[in-house]
Amino acid sequence: MTRRLLSRLANPQLLALAGVLLINWFLFPNFFRITWQDGRLFGSLIDVLNRGAPVAILAIGMVGVIATKGVDLSVGAVMAMAGAVAATLVVAGYPAPVAVAAALVVGLLCGLWNGFLVAILDIQPIVATLVLMVAGRGIAQLITEGFIVTFTDPVLIFIGTGTFLGLPMAAVIAIVLLVMVTLLVRKTALGLFIEAVGVNRAAASLAGIRSRMLLLYVYGLSGFCAAIAGIIVAGDIRGADANNAGLWLELDAILAVVIGGTSLLGGRFSVPLAVVGALIIQAMNTGILVSGFPPEFNLIVKAALIFLVLIIQSPLATRIVPVRMPAREASK
Amino acid sequence: MPDEQFALEARGIVKIFGNHIALDAVDFGLRAGEVHALLGENGAGKSTLIKILTGAYQPDGGQVLANGQPVYLDNPQQAQGHGIGTVYQEVNLLPNRSVAENLFLGHQPTRFGLVDRRKMEREARTILSRYGLEIDPSSELGAYSVAVQQIVAIARAVELSGKVLILDEPTASLDRNEVERLFEIIRDLKARGLAVVFITHFLDQVFAVADRVTILRNGKLIETRALDDMSRTDVVRLMLGKDVAFSGATGVEDARPMGEVLLDFSNYGRKRSVHPFNLTIHKGEVIGVAGLLGSGRTEMARIMFGADAADEGEVSVAGKKTTIARPTDAIKHGFGFCPEDRKAEGIFGDLSVRENIVIALQGKLGWFSALNRDEQLEIAGRFGEAMDIRAASLDMPVKLLSGGNQQKVILSRWLATDPAFLILDEPTRGIDVGAHAEIVRTINRLRDEGLALVVISSELDEVVAYSSRIVVMRDREMVAELNGENINPGVIVQAIANHRDEELA
Repeated sequence: MTRRLLSRLANPQLLALAGVLLINWFLFPNFFRITWQDGRLFGSLIDVLNRGAPVAILAIGMVGVIATKGVDLSVGAVMAMAGAVAATLVVAGYPAPVAVAAALVVGLLCGLWNGFLVAILDIQPIVATLVLMVAGRGIAQLITEGFIVTFTDPVLIFIGTGTFLGLPMAAVIAIVLLVMVTLLVRKTALGLFIEAVGVNRAAASLAGIRSRMLLLYVYGLSGFCAAIAGIIVAGDIRGADANNAGLWLELDAILAVVIGGTSLLGGRFSVPLAVVGALIIQAMNTGILVSGFPPEFNLIVKAALIFLVLIIQSPLATRIVPVRMPAREASK
Repeated sequence: MPDEQFALEARGIVKIFGNHIALDAVDFGLRAGEVHALLGENGAGKSTLIKILTGAYQPDGGQVLANGQPVYLDNPQQAQGHGIGTVYQEVNLLPNRSVAENLFLGHQPTRFGLVDRRKMEREARTILSRYGLEIDPSSELGAYSVAVQQIVAIARAVELSGKVLILDEPTASLDRNEVERLFEIIRDLKARGLAVVFITHFLDQVFAVADRVTILRNGKLIETRALDDMSRTDVVRLMLGKDVAFSGATGVEDARPMGEVLLDFSNYGRKRSVHPFNLTIHKGEVIGVAGLLGSGRTEMARIMFGADAADEGEVSVAGKKTTIARPTDAIKHGFGFCPEDRKAEGIFGDLSVRENIVIALQGKLGWFSALNRDEQLEIAGRFGEAMDIRAASLDMPVKLLSGGNQQKVILSRWLATDPAFLILDEPTRGIDVGAHAEIVRTINRLRDEGLALVVISSELDEVVAYSSRIVVMRDREMVAELNGENINPGVIVQAIANHRDEELA
């Protein structure tokens, strides 16, 4: 039992996360120090959790999409839209719950729209979601009428910056979402169906899986998650910035999912490992920031990481180190 | 005639993939001014031979000669240089460029180093008119029908190459009039002295246009002959390898007592896919479906299962009228379907054997009531054992299994749903002898347990052995239903080969 747990912990993603954290510790000896102050935890690690939460939430939605051999490029723009909707509604005097609910509905509708294009009209996901990636930011700017809409609503601000049990609210939301989505896909047959559609959609349809409905669900979930991330980011800066909220975050989310071991060719996926992927990215960001390197380094280090992941997943590498999967099966 | 000069000749071609011999010392000679049909079932080696003649593959033995001179074709461009052009079933042109550009792509007439568009379009017009096409060469190719695109492809191949034209299933997506038009062009090219290789699954078309025929089977040359002294039955017999005497019954046991009617398809069909057919299926019977590739066998299976929706006719299950528009409808009525292309439509390569077996049952249960891991293991284990699936572990990816074991996995998948009716499309193709026997044994066992089965197979001996009835497909139409004494290979071959107007009684 413990051996099984150990072998689970010894997967490449967790080792990579540990590696990045260790490097951070060398560069910045106080990296692991966590203090308790004013009823909340402080420290670089907590920072990683807090700052990494939006991308982690996007990755939770994105992983299902990528597992079906798709991709959702629109999540950054959907974040901006959701933030704009929530901000303008509270500024217009609506209570925060209404504003949040409206933003979530907008995100869900965006996701369903993507799902409609992909599942019903059979448009390639990268093109289908590009539509909303471009249009979404425009719609967000229309909603905010081109301004940064600032607000003072305490509930929204709490969602972005508050704490719960000493942990940043954003991290708490990400953890709750992680647990819920993981249970949803693993305790029902949804996970199996998603993987089946991703591995072979034709065979899935012949085996009696309603692949179109399933695609609608996964894109809908991705839009919903993007809306949550958008609300958090808006609450964090106390305003909706249609131009910059969520900008390029879709790429970080995709990277997180890929680092988490889900292939862009679809199939096997893991929600927790996608979140670990998001934490790896954030740990690098934070590490570079606290160690005093100029932030430009960030892009280069990230590029190097992408390169490394691609090499590891390339057909060449799987040929050189071929027998990992079967060997594990045989030893059982 | 060893000293005969062929426009294109293959001598003793051997091609080996891994430990599979795709072509075994095949000779093939093509005369100028003839249309030469190349026939064979799937896996006979037709496309491998064509790829060697066009330089896409290199032979492991033997040589290719053009006009009596040995040539070495390293790539399709070289083949073009030797006058060999090819047109595939899927038109290989650029639909978003103009007709003229497609005709001259890579060989555009130039002036001062720039493409001379006017000259190109003028020449294109002259060339196209030779093929009876009066279309605007500056318009986009994609705007025209597949037939027109096909003709443009032929024109391009002939203009670039000019000696040998290889047509790989050119008629598969054309309707009757378009086929006739294509044939006129082929006859015209023949009169101009071109050598034409014609590959098709439609026997009528072979007899309509070809002069000689070469038949391959399992990578071996079976026969090259003039078509004048051959009947359709001869051709089918050579293709299927049935040296059967037409002796009538082979002493099949008496018709088994039929169960009650399970399914009734009446006037059931789909446009451009299968002509409407009538078929009543009883519990406890196996209906064998015979016919050449492309005869509409698979299409019939697909509309029965709802993989393609029927647009005509009615179906009733256990006496009640119903609609089967998608696979989930069919599965609700207890149908199961093992498709012909196991890899593309059957297995989930990266998923485990266990998941591959439970997936249809889970699909039937819906996403909410998930089978947990132990239940999955129990089900997979039970059916895996019953089907004798040889896998090191039920958790290994199914893609690592042999073809035969993969087929058993797909059968187990449907058996786990407790089906009443199974459609098996070529369940024994390309699998080892042991798995083959196991699958035939399973078909017999299921029939005795009262299931209804439709089994499509090219293996006539096998179909004859387990079928209670046999239906024969030809040209997308159900042309015969054979019972009792007529269930024997000779009668089946005759029914497959028979021409439309000499219909079997």
